[in-house]
Amino acid sequence: MEREFILEVKNLGKSFKDLEVLKSIDLNVKKGDVVAIIGPSGSGKSTMLRCLNRLEEPTKGEILFHGENILDKKVDINKIRMQIGMVFQQFNLFPHLTVRRNITIALTKLRNMPEAEANATADRLLEMVGLAEKADVYPASLSGGQKQRIAIARSLAMNPEIILFDEPTSALDPEMVGEVLQVMKDLAKAGMTMLVVTHEMGFAREVASKVIFLDGGYVLTEGAPEEVFEHAEHERVKAFLAKVM
Amino acid sequence: MGIINALTSVVNVFAKYDDLFLHALLMTVMLSLATVLISSVLGSLMALMKISGNPILRGIATAYVSFIRGTPLMVQIFMVFYGLPLLGINLPTFEFMGSDFSRFFSGLLALVINSVAYVCEIVRGGIQSIDEGQMEAARSLGFNKRQSMTFIIFPQALKNILPALGNEFVSVIKESSQVSIIGLAELMYITTTVRSISFRSFEPLLIVSILYFILTSVCSLLIKKMEKKLSVSNRSSN
Ligand SMILES: Nc1ncnc2c1ncn2[C@@H]1O[C@H](COP(=O)(O)OP(=O)(O)OP(=O)(O)O)[C@@H](O)[C@H]1O
Ligand SMILES: [Mg+2]
Repeated sequence: MEREFILEVKNLGKSFKDLEVLKSIDLNVKKGDVVAIIGPSGSGKSTMLRCLNRLEEPTKGEILFHGENILDKKVDINKIRMQIGMVFQQFNLFPHLTVRRNITIALTKLRNMPEAEANATADRLLEMVGLAEKADVYPASLSGGQKQRIAIARSLAMNPEIILFDEPTSALDPEMVGEVLQVMKDLAKAGMTMLVVTHEMGFAREVASKVIFLDGGYVLTEGAPEEVFEHAEHERVKAFLAKVM
Repeated sequence: MGIINALTSVVNVFAKYDDLFLHALLMTVMLSLATVLISSVLGSLMALMKISGNPILRGIATAYVSFIRGTPLMVQIFMVFYGLPLLGINLPTFEFMGSDFSRFFSGLLALVINSVAYVCEIVRGGIQSIDEGQMEAARSLGFNKRQSMTFIIFPQALKNILPALGNEFVSVIKESSQVSIIGLAELMYITTTVRSISFRSFEPLLIVSILYFILTSVCSLLIKKMEKKLSVSNRSSN
C-alpha cells in the first residue's frame, strides 16, 4: 500500500557549533503538495531545506522519504539526491558547460543514459521552460530569469519526486520574477511535489497547498494558505505578515 | 675597452663554447620541464590531501608545504644530495647528458620536493576559488564528491591553475641554477666551467643571463597566449 506521506520529518534538529538553528521540526508532505516555507531572515528556512537532501547534516531527528530514513548510515545519499532535486537562489549553473550539457551531464554520467536520449530529454525540458533556442549557449550569456529556468530544467532532468527551492526568485531583477514563478506554477499544476522557501507571499497564497511558518527553531504555524495568512493567531506570525504583505 | 670590443669578446666566447652552452641550456630545460611535470601530479595529489576531510592527511600536507616554503632551496638541495646516501640510496653513476646520473637525479629530486609545495598551493587555490555553490549543485544532482570534483570543479579550476603552473615553470627555470652546487651540468654550472677555462669572467655570465632571459621570456609569452585563450573560453559567472 502506498504511504500517505512521501516525506515525513520528525523532531529534526540542526546546530552549528553552539548555535541551535533548528530545535525540533515536524513536517509531513504528500505527493503533489506545494509547501511554502516562510519566516524571518535567519530563522533556519534554508538550513531546514538543505537538511532534507543532506547538504547539511542534521544533528538529530528523522527524515523519512517513502518511509526510509535517509539519515540512516546504510542509505546511499547520492541515490536519494537523484530523486530530490534542488534549485538554488544563486542558480549555480555550471559555467563551463553549455545549457544543454548542464541538463544532460547528470543523466549521462549518473544514469548512463545514451547521449542522444539525454539530449532529447534536455531539448524537451528546454521547450517546457521556454528556452529551446538557448541549448547551445553558455550560462554567462543568459539573464537571471533564464538561468533560473535552466536550473529548474536541470533538476527536472533527473525526474525527481520532490524539488526543493531555496528562494528561487530572490536574486532576480523584479521584471524576471514572473517568468520563473510561471514555470513553478506549471510544475505545481502538473503535480510536482515542491518545497519552496520564499518571500513571494502572492505565490505562496496562490500556489501553495500548505504554508509553514518557521521561527525560533520550530514550525510556529502551518496550514492552508488562507488559514495562515488570514487567521494567523500567533503574534510573531502576525507581526511578520504585517511587515511583508 | 670600447663597447664594440666588449661585444666582440662576448660573441667570441659564445662562438668558442657554444656547444657547451647549448647543451647546458637543453639540460636546464629538461630538468625544469621534468620538475614541473612531476610536481604537477604530486602537487595535485597533495592539494587534494590539503582540502580533504581527513585531519591526518591535511596535517601532513600542511606541515610539508610550510616546511618546504619556509626553508631555502639551497639547503634542500644539499639535504637531498647528502641525505640519499645516508638513507642507503646510492644511485648508479652512468653518464646522462654530460652529467653523471646520480647528480641529475639528486638535482631533479630536490627541485621536485621544492616545487611540489608550490604547485600544491596553486592547485588548492585554483580549486578553492570555485564558488561553493558549484559543489552543492553537483552534489544535489547525485554526484558523489569525486565525480563532482572530476566533472564540475576541476575543469573550472584548471583555467586558473594552468597559467599559474606556467609561472611556476618560469620560477623553476631560474631556481634550477642552484643545483649547479652539486655539480649538475646545467646552465649555471657550465658558466662557471667556461669562466675557468676561458679566463674570462664577465662574458660567460652575460651569455648565461641572455640565455635564461630568452628562455623565461618565451615561456611568459606562451603563458600570456594561453591565458588569453582560456579567458576567451572562460564563461565564468553563473
Ligand atoms: N554553515 C553555517 N555555519 C554556521 N552558521 C550557519 C551556517 N549556515 C547558517 N548558519 C546560521 O544559521 C541561522 C539560520 O540560517 P539560514 O540560512 O537557514 O536562515 P534563513 O531562514 O534561510 O534566512 P534567510 O531568509 O536570510 O535566507 C543563521 O543564524 C545563520 O547565520
Ligand atoms: Mg535562506
